[in-house]
Amino acid sequence: MIEVISESKCIACNQCVSVCPTNVFDRVADGIPVIARQSDCQTCFMCELYCPVDALYVAPESESVIGVTESELSEQGLMGGYREKVGWGKGRKPVASHEYMYQLSKRSGF
Amino acid sequence: MAPKMDIQLTTDVLVLGGGPAGAWAAWKAASKGARVVLADKGFLGSSGATAPGGTTLLVIPPVAELREDAVQSRLKAGGYLSENAWIHRVLDEVETYLEKVGEWGYPFPKDHNGKPLRTHLHGPEYMKLMRRAVRQAGVRILDQSPALELLHDANGIGGARGVNRLTGQEWEVRSNAVVLATGGCAFLSNGLGCNVLTGEGLLMAAETGAELSGMEFSRQYAPSAAFGSVTRGRMLAWSTLYDQEGRVIGRGDRAFGSLQQHLLKGPVYASINLADTEEKRRFLRHAHPIFFMPLERAGIDPFRDKFPLTLRYEGTMRGTGGLRLTGNDCRTSVPGLYAAGDAASREKVTGAISGGGAYNASWAICSGNWAGEGAAEYALSQSGDACKRDLTPAGRYGLVQHSDADRLMDVPEIISAVQREVFPLSINFFRSEPVIRASLDRLHGLVPFLHDSVSDDHRHRVRAREAAGMVATARWMYSAALARKESRGLHAFAEYPQLDPRQTHRLVVSGVDRIHIRAEKVPHASELTPEEGMVL
Repeated sequence: MIEVISESKCIACNQCVSVCPTNVFDRVADGIPVIARQSDCQTCFMCELYCPVDALYVAPESESVIGVTESELSEQGLMGGYREKVGWGKGRKPVASHEYMYQLSKRSGF
Repeated sequence: MAPKMDIQLTTDVLVLGGGPAGAWAAWKAASKGARVVLADKGFLGSSGATAPGGTTLLVIPPVAELREDAVQSRLKAGGYLSENAWIHRVLDEVETYLEKVGEWGYPFPKDHNGKPLRTHLHGPEYMKLMRRAVRQAGVRILDQSPALELLHDANGIGGARGVNRLTGQEWEVRSNAVVLATGGCAFLSNGLGCNVLTGEGLLMAAETGAELSGMEFSRQYAPSAAFGSVTRGRMLAWSTLYDQEGRVIGRGDRAFGSLQQHLLKGPVYASINLADTEEKRRFLRHAHPIFFMPLERAGIDPFRDKFPLTLRYEGTMRGTGGLRLTGNDCRTSVPGLYAAGDAASREKVTGAISGGGAYNASWAICSGNWAGEGAAEYALSQSGDACKRDLTPAGRYGLVQHSDADRLMDVPEIISAVQREVFPLSINFFRSEPVIRASLDRLHGLVPFLHDSVSDDHRHRVRAREAAGMVATARWMYSAALARKESRGLHAFAEYPQLDPRQTHRLVVSGVDRIHIRAEKVPHASELTPEEGMVL
């Protein structure tokens, strides 16, 4: 579930509000968006991918709230990790352009 | 009585749903010169089963024998309910559209001769690109705008009404054709990206008289880490499975006994320890970030540690059933209403079995294009705009404006009640006639609650309609199941463990209050020999 919106990183672009498929966030006038309906989060990680400044963290647990804090996550270097793996963001190579999946299908016969 | 609309639009084609099928339908209809509006419950680009993950594509080289082999093996595997001509259409046409995806900028990797390797689409990349293509084709996109009901008159469909979830604005789009691409129904089972798939699209169509087919083929569950959302069964090919005591119960693709059987007895754990070299592990990690990232975040080394598995129910999404198609252009039994992707029955290409990712992805692309073209031609052939028609809203269940009850609809309880009937392996996977009958009776018992009133809060209204969609879908599934007294593909009854060649037909269901069922002939039924029936 979505756990963290970083107050220090968020630039209030409200992209997460726009892209969330299950309407978890609410826009706030003169402020950064809030997690308004956490239990509606489907743990699809799309908000993290669309956040241009790596201000969001979705925990892998889809059915329970973990209560992790931004400082803990920053220490472990977990903020923005998914976007990096997918290769989205300036100067990165999208995973879609890699041969991995092709090789995988050749090896596994899928 | 008509509520005041904040947004009132007239167009030629309205597409409901912004997954791959809806996106392709909108693009195609616009390319054919139609004015198009696309409304999605979430956001075209992130919504649906495809966007957060990805999909393998069905690629069979254009060699007549290879294609014919593929079609024949599919016909047999699908219990002779598929149609060869439709599979050929998909195989022939999907290549053209994948080329288009490449032209639009999808970074397909290339082989050493520079030939693009179009075997897989990464969900986020693919759907970001589709959004751009749809916008460039001139389609007006309404994001965060779930449809709540269709509009119709004696001549057929004429648009839809809904609400914007962010602003609460009411919208109405009048159009002479509607493409329904709202996906299957996965009953909020928390599979990756699937909680937007709640069946209200099927309900909306059924309220206008549309028929559904193949709803009994709905016994598909997908493995995921017990705590997580990522349903990617292919990683089990490199996994060893263990029971509670640490005994090996499966290796590679094979669970000794079924995974469903083991999970009935107790917890099952997986470790991807068959990927036994650093090279293999690195490779898998890179190929599947959506699979490994959540495990790593949870502090699990999936190549060494054992992590608990669960099965998440995939409903009609990975099942086969949906709106019955009555023509090559993906028209339904209601004039002006077209269906594409998982909202449509996929029996024509998959028969009684799951399409799986590859078939379903190719189906979404092709059916989207066919439906988009069909809807555009139909709409453009009508004599006047839909705004001149005397249209009425068709919705009846879980909608405030049609309820005169004073009891407030207990939406969370209705949703839980449906989930209690469709999630348990002991009811839905290991089907037996008396258990399904009792479950169906309890589901029928929920229908009166769908006439309770719904609060004015627009989010509550959307949820209520989703609950109604799930109740309807579950009832169609089990009604159809009871009418198929045999085992075939994704439907199996303990009492009837064999395929019965006399039941080589489709089951067509319709109606909401009262559900009607009839059998429909299939073109290849006579090719199934009794001996083959025993093997299937």
